[in-house]
Amino acid sequence: MMFDLRDLYLQVIVDHNKAPRNFGKLAHFNHEADGYNPLCGDKLHVYLDVNDNGIIEDVSFEGEGCAISVASASLMTEAVKGTPLSDFQQKFDTFQHMVTSDLEELPDEEQLGKLAVLAGVREFPSRIKCAVLCWHTLKSAVEDSHQVAKTE
Amino acid sequence: MFDIEKIRGDFPILNQEIYGKPLAYLDNAATTQKPQCVIDTVTRYYEHDNANEHRGVHALSERATADYEAARKKIASFFNARSEREVIFTRGTTEAINLIASSWGGVHIKSGDEVLITHMEHHSNIVPWQMLCDRVGATLKVVPINDRGEIIMDAFDALLSERTRLVGVVHMSNALGTINPVESMIEKAHATGAIVLVDGAQAAAHLAVDVQALDADFYVTSAHKMYGPTGVGVLIGREAILETMPPYQGGGDMISMVTFEKTEYNDLPYKFEAGTPHIAGVIGFGKAIEYIQGIGFDAIGKREQQLLAYATAKAEVFDGLRQIGTAKEKACVLSFVLDSVHPHDLGTIVDREGVAIRAGHHCAMPVMQFFNVPATARASFSIYNTEAEVDTLFSALKKAQAIFA
Repeated sequence: MMFDLRDLYLQVIVDHNKAPRNFGKLAHFNHEADGYNPLCGDKLHVYLDVNDNGIIEDVSFEGEGCAISVASASLMTEAVKGTPLSDFQQKFDTFQHMVTSDLEELPDEEQLGKLAVLAGVREFPSRIKCAVLCWHTLKSAVEDSHQVAKTE
Repeated sequence: MFDIEKIRGDFPILNQEIYGKPLAYLDNAATTQKPQCVIDTVTRYYEHDNANEHRGVHALSERATADYEAARKKIASFFNARSEREVIFTRGTTEAINLIASSWGGVHIKSGDEVLITHMEHHSNIVPWQMLCDRVGATLKVVPINDRGEIIMDAFDALLSERTRLVGVVHMSNALGTINPVESMIEKAHATGAIVLVDGAQAAAHLAVDVQALDADFYVTSAHKMYGPTGVGVLIGREAILETMPPYQGGGDMISMVTFEKTEYNDLPYKFEAGTPHIAGVIGFGKAIEYIQGIGFDAIGKREQQLLAYATAKAEVFDGLRQIGTAKEKACVLSFVLDSVHPHDLGTIVDREGVAIRAGHHCAMPVMQFFNVPATARASFSIYNTEAEVDTLFSALKKAQAIFA
């Protein structure tokens, strides 16, 4: 069956692009990072506030990009907010696996939750980098790497 | 008489479906498709004539050399070069500009000198000059553009000075479609003692170019944007200037005598063609030139203006569309943004309708910065495109808007 555009541009993605959640600069944050995709010009900045108990108290992003990159960043902030920082790497790996796995493999919805709506990018190889830029940027923030995150 | 059906028939790649829809190839500014005659010429070369040129005494080498040099002759006459010694084959426009920046620039640009380019240059006519200026302590100056995407000529006049050694200007902008008044710019630059490099990568398939009439010192272009193979291009340079330039690369073919103490360089144009060149590519380039000549620039220009006018009229009445690049003198390029759909989403969506366009910064980031957009969508037309394909593009744009409504 032919893959439909509506499988990529699901209503959830369109909504998150139109009204991104956790958009803007945090009043208080203790980690941040830049992300840049030189091929398409997408730019992101993420802010992260981790409390003394190692919980991601708050997270936000700013920037400009295509619908996939904005929606992915918006969904990512929802997925990590209120979770332990120590879980981040596993979330990162699970997401990365989902968008690069074989088409036959169904996304692990239990683990991924709403993030599973981005599984459709696998059908559009040139767009995978749009979905993962925010995750690489957040990883830079978590690691305080002070390097601009890239997906190439 | 412009026979569109016959022309489309010359390009086998056009006859295919993408996701079940007929292909509408509107990315000609990135690269053009190849007519059967060019494909056959390249194939024939490999099937019958392949050998290294300028070396062997055997029959195949003689044939490869003769065909390679015949292509040079064709290309010299196409651009009205003064002689074949002025025609140097390169890997493309980018390498040609790097050759000039490195070889001519290395000798003639000193600390305190200026190189003058325009705000609408492709990265390949920006970065080599930045690298050179950094190396020798020269200054890169940039001529501004206006809201229509045209060079501001008063500013050009003001920026030209006795410090200007070279003016680098794109003949036709790949991001905007603007055709620049290179003839008058060359005249003005020469009056102040500067020489001029014209980047013809985008122009050469669409406009007749006569390097002597233009009085251009360097004219550079790429075969693959002129229905020829990728990986080959040409630098046409004024012989008197080429003579003052050291070789760009050392190796075989560019020498006349080598000892460990000293090497004597070969004559023009071979001095600048070190190593075995892209022989098949050059021969294919020659065939592509013949193909263009067979149609003729009068017919090409008329047809492409017709198509651009048709597309522009549709763009003007399309809700939420902003054209980027509305120069009075313009060809074949419709660059735009939609207010509700990012160019990359647009590229993906129209692709599913069989329409190939480019979405991005078009290797002209300063142009994007000037118009304050991260990227644009660009449809670029060629001799084989039709009004029906333009219609398909615009109905695909409607679909994209519907998805994001």
